Formats: sequence, C-alpha cells, structure tokens
Amino acid sequence: MKPFTYQRAATPAEAARVAAEMPGSRFIAGGTNLLDLMKLQIETPGHLVDVNHLGLDRIEPTAEGGLRIGAMVRNTDLAADKRVRRDYAVLSRALLSGASAQLRNKATTGGNLLQRTRCPYFYEPSKPCNKRVPGSGCAALGGFNRNLAVLGTSDKCIATHPSDMAVAMRVLDATVETVSPDGTTRSIPIADFHRLPGDTPHIETQLGRGELITGVMLPAPIGGLHVYRKVRDRASYAFAVVSIAAVVAPGRARLAYGGLAHKPWRVEAAEALVADGAAAVAKTAFAGARTTPENAFKLPLAQRLTASVLADGKV
Amino acid sequence: MKFDSAAGQNVIDQGRIVGKSYPRVDGPLKVSGLAPYAHEYHSDAPNAAYGVIVGAGISKGRITAIDTSEAERAPGVVLVMTHRNAPKQFGIGHAPPGGTGPQQDEKDGGGEKPGRHNKPQLQGPEVRHFDQSVAFVVAETFEQARDAARLVRITYAVEKGRFDLAAEKDKGEMPEDTPDSNVGNFDSAFAAAPAKIDVTYTTPDQAHSMMEPHASIARWDGDQLTLWTSHQIIHWGVDGVAGTLGIHKDKVRVISAYIGGGFGSKLMIYGDPILAALAARQLGRPVKVALTRPQIYNHTSHRPATIQRLRLGAGIDGKLLAIGHDVWCGNLPEGEAENAADQTKLLYAGANRLLRTRKTELDLPLGASMRAPGEAVGLLALECAMDELAEKLGLDPIEFRILNDTQFDPEKGPERPFSTRHLVECLRTGADKFGWSKRNPKPGMVRDGRWLIGIGVASAIRNNLVMASGARVRLSGDGVLTIQTQMTDIGTGSYTILAQIGAEMLGLPMDKVRVELGDSSFPQSAGSGGSWGANSASAGLYYACENLRNAIAQRAGFNSTDSQFADGKVSAGGRSRNLADVVGKDGISAEGKVEFGDLTKRFAQAAFGAHFAEVAVDSVTAEVRVRRMLSVCAAGRIINPQTARSQCLGGMTMGIGAALMEDQVVDKRFGYFVNHDLAEYHVPVHADIPDMEVIFLDELDDKSSPIKAKGVGELGICGVGAAVANAVHNATGARIRDYPLTLDKIMAKMAV
Ligand SMILES: Cc1cc2nc3c(=O)[nH]c(=O)nc-3n(C[C@H](O)[C@H](O)[C@H](O)COP(=O)(O)OP(=O)(O)OC[C@H]3O[C@@H](n4cnc5c(N)ncnc54)[C@H](O)[C@@H]3O)c2cc1C
Ligand code: SF4
Repeated sequence: MKPFTYQRAATPAEAARVAAEMPGSRFIAGGTNLLDLMKLQIETPGHLVDVNHLGLDRIEPTAEGGLRIGAMVRNTDLAADKRVRRDYAVLSRALLSGASAQLRNKATTGGNLLQRTRCPYFYEPSKPCNKRVPGSGCAALGGFNRNLAVLGTSDKCIATHPSDMAVAMRVLDATVETVSPDGTTRSIPIADFHRLPGDTPHIETQLGRGELITGVMLPAPIGGLHVYRKVRDRASYAFAVVSIAAVVAPGRARLAYGGLAHKPWRVEAAEALVADGAAAVAKTAFAGARTTPENAFKLPLAQRLTASVLADGKV
Repeated sequence: MKFDSAAGQNVIDQGRIVGKSYPRVDGPLKVSGLAPYAHEYHSDAPNAAYGVIVGAGISKGRITAIDTSEAERAPGVVLVMTHRNAPKQFGIGHAPPGGTGPQQDEKDGGGEKPGRHNKPQLQGPEVRHFDQSVAFVVAETFEQARDAARLVRITYAVEKGRFDLAAEKDKGEMPEDTPDSNVGNFDSAFAAAPAKIDVTYTTPDQAHSMMEPHASIARWDGDQLTLWTSHQIIHWGVDGVAGTLGIHKDKVRVISAYIGGGFGSKLMIYGDPILAALAARQLGRPVKVALTRPQIYNHTSHRPATIQRLRLGAGIDGKLLAIGHDVWCGNLPEGEAENAADQTKLLYAGANRLLRTRKTELDLPLGASMRAPGEAVGLLALECAMDELAEKLGLDPIEFRILNDTQFDPEKGPERPFSTRHLVECLRTGADKFGWSKRNPKPGMVRDGRWLIGIGVASAIRNNLVMASGARVRLSGDGVLTIQTQMTDIGTGSYTILAQIGAEMLGLPMDKVRVELGDSSFPQSAGSGGSWGANSASAGLYYACENLRNAIAQRAGFNSTDSQFADGKVSAGGRSRNLADVVGKDGISAEGKVEFGDLTKRFAQAAFGAHFAEVAVDSVTAEVRVRRMLSVCAAGRIINPQTARSQCLGGMTMGIGAALMEDQVVDKRFGYFVNHDLAEYHVPVHADIPDMEVIFLDELDDKSSPIKAKGVGELGICGVGAAVANAVHNATGARIRDYPLTLDKIMAKMAV
C-alpha cells in the first residue's frame, strides 16, 4: 500500500474542491472496494478524502413522490427502509443479493455505483489490462473470460460492472445527483452514468475530476411485480453470472440485466416486444452481442430468465 | 512399542471417556482469540521486522535485471534480499548435517530422498513457476515492507512453458512410486464384456483454502533458531528448514501450537519460514512473514488436475469383469503424481484390472497433497462411472455396488483380507435412512415447482495410513496429567482426543489432563496428514501412558499388570492409593512410542463409507442447490463422535465444493492460476450447505493399533462429490464429466 494522506471534508462542495485540488485524490466511503484495491496496489491514491461525515446519510421523500437516497446511505439501511421495501422492492432485493451482511453494513450507495470490475486480470498487476494501465492490452480477451461481458464491449476491454444495486436503479429510472468542485450540481440519468469501455476502459463513468455523488433520486413508484433474480455459481456471496431486475405487470415489463455489460443493460425498445415473448425481447435487447466460447452461455441464460420473469408477472 | 499383532482387550475398550463426545478442549481459547497462531507470538519476538515476499510475475524464464535501489531507499526498509545477495542454501538431496529424523510411515519409508522437504529461496535467476520468490523486502512495519516490495524493479526473459495438461499428457511417464497394476487380462476381458462404458472425466486444480495463511516468525538466539510457523508435521518442518539452511536439526525449534487449517497445504514449507530465518539471522532481530491470500494460490501448492479414463466392463449379472483406470496428471519435476487410481485397486471385485498413472512435467506451481490426495478426485470419476454402468445394466446403483463388494484385496487375493470392511452395511444403512427407495431411477422425473429433484449415492474408501508416533507424559503431585507430543491440531480435535486417551488410561477426569502439542522439543509424532494423526498419535500416547502406569504401580508397590486406574486412584489386590500421593511432589514421567509392523501389508486397511445427496436444480438457470446429505461411515473406533462428525461435515462441505464450484483456472498462455482470491475461487458458503447427517457404524479394527481406530478426516470428502454429481444426473439427465458441474455445463445438457 502506497503511503497516503487523509482528510475529512466538512461539506460536499469542500470535498469536491479538495479532491480536485490534491493530485491523486480519491473519496473514501465504506472503503470495501477502495481499500482492497489499495492493498493490492491496483489503486494508489496519494490522498484520501473521507466523505462519511457530510450528512449524506438520509433517505427523504421528494416533491415528485419519489425518494432521494443520500450517497452515504449504507446498503443494509437502504435495503431495510420501509418505503423502499414497499415501493421499490426490486432495489431491496438486488441489494440483499449482493456481497455479505458485513460488507453491506459498510458499503454505501455512492460507493456501490462506483465499485470497479471483478475481471481477474484487473486484479493481477503482472498482466496487461487497459483498465488498470491504459494501453497495456487486455489479458481477458484471449484468456479466462467466462464471467465477462457480452454486450457493449470493445476490443480494448470486455469487463462487466459488478453492481447488483445499479441494475435495479436502472430499471427504476433513477438519477445520480452530484456536486462539482466549483460547487455546481447536476443530475445524471443512470442510463448515462456508466460508460461502455470503447477505447478508454479506464474512464468508467460520466463523473468529472473531483465530482462527488451526493445522492440518487428515485422517481415516483410504478407498481407491478418487482423481481430481482441473480444467477450465480454459489448460493450466496458471489457476483452475478447474469442477473435480471424486472418490474412486470400484465401487458408491460421493464427489464434490466446485470452481468452482461459494463453497465446495467436495458433496451427500452425490447420491452415493447414483451407480448411477442422472451425470444423476441432477447433478439432486440441482445442485438450486437459479442461472445467468447466461455461466456456465450450468458445469452441463452438471460433469455431463459426473461421468459421465467415474464411468466411470473403474467405479462 | 512395535504394533505387529492384533490388539487384544485393553484399557481403551472400557470406554469410560474414549468413544464419548467431548467438545473441543481448545474451543474457549479459539473463540476468545487467546489461542496464538504463528504470526501472533508478539511478546516472544519483540522488535520484529516485517518481511514481504515479492513473487515472480512470469511463470517460466529468467530474471535478466533486478533493481532494488528504490526499494532500499524507501522509508523503514532494513533489507532487500534477492538471488544476488541471498545466502547459499541446499535443495532436495541434501539432508541436514546430522541427518533427518526417523521417518517411518509406509509410503515415505525406506528409500525416501534425503532433504526432500528442503525449499531453498532466491538461489538464482531462473523462474520455475508464477509467484516463486524473487525478492524479499524487510522493513520496520508491514505497510512499509509492502510498499517497498512494489518498488523492486525486475526485468525477465520469458521462456515458453508447459501449462496445458491435456496438451502435454501424452508425454507423461510412469512415476517410480506408482507402478502400473495389471491383473488378469484387462484388454480381452473388456473387449468381451457384454456391458461396458469407456468414459473420460476431468478434475481441475483445486486450492486448499484454509483460513490461516502460511506465516512464520523467526528468532535466533546465537546459533539456535526458533520458528513459529504453521506446519502440519513438525519434524518434516524441522528437516526442511535445517536441510535448506544446512544446519543441524537440533539447532531448529519449530512451534505450531495452533493451526488455522491445513488440508495438506502445510505439509511442506514454502518461502515464509526460510526467508524469515535468513533475514532474521542477517539482521540480528526477529522477522515475521505472512503470505497474502493471492500469494497462497501460486506461491504454495494445490491439488493437481487430472484426466481420468474409466473403462468398466460387466456381465449381464452385474459382476464387474474388467476394471481399467488411466490417470494423467502433471507437476513440476520434484512434485508427485496425483494418485487418482489408488482407490480403484481396492474398492470393487473383478478379475481383470489395469490401473495406470502417467505424470507429465508442467511449469505450473507445485502440485501436492490436498485432503485425501488420490481418492478425493479418483472417486469423483470412478463413482460416477459406476453409476453410468449401473444405468446401462438397468441395475440400482446401490445393488450394483453391493454385487461387486469384496472382502479381500482384489489384486492380491484372499491371502490379503481387509482388516475390517463394512461398505455394504454403510450402503444399506444409508439407503434405509435416506429414503433411497423413493428415488425415481429415471432422470428428470421429479419436480418441485421450478426445481428438478434428484438423489445420488457414492461409495467412499480411504486407505488407513499409520505412522510412528511418540509422546511424553507426566503425572504431577497435584494429580494433573500433562501430555507432550509433536502431534499438531489443525482444527481437527487432536487436543481433545489425546486428552481423552490420557484420561482413560490414567483413570482421571478430563479436567485433570493438559495437552501440549506442536513443538519440536516434544517427542516426534505422526503429525496431521493422511488422516493418520488421530489413530497413530493416540497409539503412541497409549504406550506412553502404559509406561507411566507401570512406573506408578511400581512406585506404589503394586504388581503393575493387574493395577487398576480409576477415580484418581491406583488399586491392586484390594489395596488402593491416591495417584497424587504415589507420585509425590516431584511427579513421575514416562515416554512411549508406537511403531508399526507389517499388519498393513498383511491386511488391506481402509475406512469405508457411503454418501447420499439430494439436489435441486433450477430448471431455468441450472443452478444446483444441495438439499440434504447423509454420510454413513465405518472407520474403526470413533474416539470422539462429536469431533469425528465435525470432520465428516467438513469433508462433505468440501465435497460439495469439488462437485459444484472449486476450480483454480489455469491461464494457459501465461501459466498461472487466475482466480487467486476467495472472491473468485469459490468454496461453499453457509447458504450452500444443507441439512447434513453423519452416522458412524460400530466398528473396531484391532489390526490398526491398540486404539482400534482408523482415519476419518479424509474419508469425509471421499466420494461426496460423485454422490452430488450422480444426484444432478438423476435430477436433470445431464451427465457432466468435466468437474466442477457449473450451471453453464448443466444448462447445455439439460433436457428442458
Ligand atoms: C467479497 C466481496 C463481495 C462482493 N459482492 C458483491 C455483490 O455480489 N454484488 C455487488 O453489487 N457488490 C458486491 N461487492 C461490492 C460492494 O458492493 C462494494 O464494494 C461497495 O458497494 C462499495 O461501496 P463503498 O462505500 O465501500 O465504496 P468505497 O470502497 O469507499 O469506494 C468505491 C469507489 O467509489 C468512490 N466513491 C465512494 N463514494 C463516492 C461518492 N459519494 N462520490 C464519488 N465517488 C465516490 C471511491 O473513491 C472509490 O473509487 C462485493 C465486495 C466484496 C469485497
Ligand atoms: S477485460 Fe478490461 S478489465 Fe479485464 S483485462 Fe481486459 S481491459 Fe482489463
């Protein structure tokens, strides 16, 4: 672990300003991802800005009938919130399928959105990885890529984004709220928040330098059956092989997928085809997929999940 | 004492304490954090410096340049060792001056290579496997050492390595210690057999995944080295360290009082004790090293992958006529073969048998023993193949196994009977308790909502190994018996069962017995490996206690042969005296030792079992969830049913892992295990583990030792994975021959 300095910011705007001013800064929230990466020397920040004490730990109703989730709300607390369980059950279910109870107690809403990929080569500093060392190559392309992405990939990177929470937020049309170093704030629709790898897989989101997530806004509830199905290689404590977040009701469905891409994968045009069945949905939703011999099974698996969820929702 | 004829009635048979359940005597220390592990002897190693091993970033080749200047200048750094400045050490073939200790277990006996435990570090620029030590950085704090380790700059010349077992297997050779066994005429019998299968199974590399990482603290007092390290067999550790450093083994004291799991990973030394010892000597202060979790996968050892071809032929009556088992495995030149055909020698009858193992050289990290080496993966293949043939014959899998039972070594004939063998009873008892009769023999027929339900069975066999073992005992004036032996407790319950043996022998309650383990200053013992520990170490202690009883009886003026020890008293001929009074304030000590004669040659000795599993397979996603499990074991005297049951539960859990998820993935281009942490190398978690039940059949094996016990810990894993795989087949109709049975493989073969 590279030596670093540490500071607690007093306000969100100050945190953003400091992070932009100090070279090599990183925010630290729960630390469950960042500290692991620092111990492995994959992240080597010189300065940590602690954002745990900025009053961003509340869940509040919005004027539009939705909820504003502070960036520091812990995954455990968010999953247990009465309003979330009642109106946004898909989010509760997604959160509870992730990590372990201990990790969820520490993990925050903002940190969860920004957790980094679990591509095994990203974790092995002796191997090429464009995400870790831009321009070094991608070891996963010809290597072990069973759990890597099949959609939205590039020949520079085929990593997935591992978050379960984000997949549920995508199906709920959440927006990410931020403050920038100059004090301005903005809202980013979750659909645009994570980037596909393209030629710059090390740039993972739309956030600018020093920009701090202050919260996530959920629009008014939409009713329907809320489902989160996470397929994994053991019963708990495993990242998704494929997951589906769905809000389904007779005649309509919203469907977002995890484990397929570097962002939660949702194609609204495919949702319009639910009446034609899962195969039609999959054909549109997964158009342009690029698979490897090891991860090709993810597409039929996602289609089977889709069929099962549509059946459960009597769509 | 040489154990070379069947044991008669003895004190252990009274079963006052032995044979009863006692919770682990070390339990309170463990749960309160007071049991020190290797890295935690802080006050014994004051002012320790911290070492971090830098591992090779390539898998085969040479270091062409190494620049340590930046690391040396980093804050807190006191030493950077590389092949350029590391002291000369000695490899395999060099016994420590003064020789190794007597090593007497059957497998390792006689012609074993001197210095076979040696592990020299940083002896040249060659890189033989990924994460081999290439530098060692020592600093005032752990954080400083880790940061400086990052600053060691190394340039390599990469050479082409051999990393793909399937591609290399045909270059394999017959290992010296695993000759082919060829009985009758396999080829013609197999060709003529009316029913047969010819199937190939593969098992992947697996990681031990014990909780405690390899760790060591080294401290020198003059020329005397003390090493607190995590090691399963103390005298092997002493030999390895003394041999590598080229010092007399009396100059090395190894302490492994508590061990956070081993499963075979700590049968050998790796970089940590050697580098800690070298640096501590050079710096004149203690040095501590613990491996990181990722280092464990590629720096230390693993269970090697196998390719296994099973050819089984039977008559229409269901009797096996031909048994062929070919095993291919790979390893570094000094590594052993994975003996996956071993159980096939003994498990079933059949006149024509051909078993062959071929080991080829690979440039992957060292393959070595992991829980039930040989059997654990051999049974994954054999016991599925048996089901495949049963299905072909239209026979019930249990009846098919019972039809092919044998009461003698099928290679040697009736002159080598089994000492005890209750496989049939295990199968029948289990079938009854598990509700086998409700199984639908046609796959894919039972549904519970979206789940497909299946039931499977497998036989279990594990060779009963025995090993010389000694102990020292002392009864002190306060009536407390202290037991000292090099035996280790790797979480298995050795402390507890040895206390039981001591209490039984001396007629004391459990709270009057103190057990001290894992210190090379105690008498040499069997140690924890090959499931030989409980039986062998208990037998050594038995003879030590017998000597102590004689000494006490003599001191009391009694005739030692008819003296009784009970309730803290010794009595004979109607007279009785308090033990405390007899031994006086100085106490009485004795030593004893068991050595084993040729009973294991004259009798086939093994523990047997039957495993049953019920699984549910998600018809949408092909995810497998084990619903319930039962193991029925016949393993000689069960010294402590509670600790033995825990061993079986652990084995069953690991068996689920082997069947469904454990897989160290080899990157065949770079030659290393890619998924090198516990987030990506999956072992079962609590949610994967269903209701599990264990039944021990009453059995005494008087040919195994005066304790009449056999190994249990490894029996627990043997066959479990095959029972799960057979259940998956019964649930779905999918027969996967490429372990582990992950959902992608099952989905591809599922009918629905
Ligand atoms: C063993 C293990 C298993 C796991 N399994 C799962 C799983 O199954 N599913 C799943 O979804 N997740 C899983 N996780 C990941 C876990 O959810 C994340 O580690 C966690 O959500 C990160 O949150 P944190 O608050 O600890 O983030 P940190 O580690 O503190 O930060 C992560 C990143 O976000 C940045 N950051 C944090 N807060 C902000 C903010 N407000 N604004 C801008 N940047 C910010 C940090 O600078 C850092 O780069 C697992 C993690 C582990 C270790
Ligand atoms: S897939 Fe992406 S993260 Fe993985 S090795 Fe390639 S570039 Fe790195």
